[in-house]
Amino acid sequence: MVIGDIERKLRLQNFEYSAPVTVKEAIDLLAGDNCGARILAGGTDLIVQLRQGHLSTDRVVDIKRLPDCNKLSYDPSEGLILGAAVPCHRIYGDETIVKTYPGLIDAAAIIGGIQIQGRATVGGNLCNSSPSADTIPILIAYRAECEIAGPTGTRKVPVEDFCTAPGKNILQKGEILLALHLPSVAKSSGAHYLRFIPRFEMDIAVVGAGAYVELDEEGRSFKKARIGLAAVAPTPLFAREAGDLLQGKEVSEASIDAAALAAQSIARPISDMRAPAEYRKHLVKVLTKRALWGAVRRARGEFVPNAVQENGR
Amino acid sequence: MSRKLYVNTTINGEEIEFLCEPRQSLLEVLRDDLEMTGTKEGCNDGNCGACNVIMDGVLMNSCLVLAAEAQNRNISTIEGLATPQGLHPLQQKFLENASLQCGVCTPGFLMAAKSLLDHNPDPTEHEVRHWLAGNLCRCTGYDKIVRAVCDAADVVKETA
Repeated sequence: MVIGDIERKLRLQNFEYSAPVTVKEAIDLLAGDNCGARILAGGTDLIVQLRQGHLSTDRVVDIKRLPDCNKLSYDPSEGLILGAAVPCHRIYGDETIVKTYPGLIDAAAIIGGIQIQGRATVGGNLCNSSPSADTIPILIAYRAECEIAGPTGTRKVPVEDFCTAPGKNILQKGEILLALHLPSVAKSSGAHYLRFIPRFEMDIAVVGAGAYVELDEEGRSFKKARIGLAAVAPTPLFAREAGDLLQGKEVSEASIDAAALAAQSIARPISDMRAPAEYRKHLVKVLTKRALWGAVRRARGEFVPNAVQENGR
Repeated sequence: MSRKLYVNTTINGEEIEFLCEPRQSLLEVLRDDLEMTGTKEGCNDGNCGACNVIMDGVLMNSCLVLAAEAQNRNISTIEGLATPQGLHPLQQKFLENASLQCGVCTPGFLMAAKSLLDHNPDPTEHEVRHWLAGNLCRCTGYDKIVRAVCDAADVVKETA
């Protein structure tokens, strides 16, 4: 490679930049006559992919000036509205969210380093649609829904139906993910996300597992459980049957082991530079168990630290 | 060729105007157009932290920010760390602890450490190491950097 090639590689290609202030304006720009406008939120995936030539675009539409995309509000009956352009640091900097949605914090606080968390968004993590995305399993576990606006109106889609293949999702030309809606959480409930990486941090999940559980008032049996998995299939997975198995069951090693086995049975991982498929298959079971136990402990009011509480911010 | 964009922003307390191409990163504009070469280009893909700046109080990689996004923002770069009265305690302690060799990562580490002390004036060594995990240094092995940040925190606390 000669120096000219290297220079070209490091510089972004030309495109137009727009920062609309209304959703309609944004949709018009995205639906317009162009070869692939791209939405910019935190830019921690988009700018890298444009620079590396994995993506090309003739227009970048920055959604950070759309009020709908910057909303971060919690209401005990409505749940959490998480705007698609809200960066991770705002999420773990919000005491109410830290208390109410600890599983979301587990994920938001381990993506990249501090300087990435200052920009990276959960909405962007979802739209990047990587099978190993850290926030998607816990969004699935929390039964989050995507609020999508487009040329023909708005629609709501469960997060588990959003990703269709590595890097691909259901968004059509002109559509924008405005926000994620997480339902309010039940009283005796808890959630936990964890991943395996060979380092302490700054890495991509070899496997990730997120769980949300609701227990009876004594904290002895499961009323409900939902499990999401990362990096074990071409898309993040909703392990519906594994969670359903726990309904009405006593909280025990046996019931949780059975759910973890069910989660393991739907995993169809590949071998790559991060791990062989066999190892991932093994990890699914281990991590699902740990995610469920972490969620149970939190549901029982026990303290299970997140990355902010462990490492400071 | 895309139309150039007009951007009005504040850098190190000074109001600055510039024209940029939409494709230009904040890092490119700082270095190539505004001649503020203190901010370094390392990996140019958000892994190394050499280009760290603080925008509206938030630490970020300037290679992953479009210059156009700087409109109406408040940006701090390494050029604003020292004052006419002298070096910032972080800079002083980096010198005393010999926390740099080639120096390319240093401005990024200093801005990250500044951001840490702004958020947490009394960090433990563990917290310092975690906060700086997004900054790479291939010379020092990190220990001297961590020691300098801990020493600087003591100075900042005393003078606060």
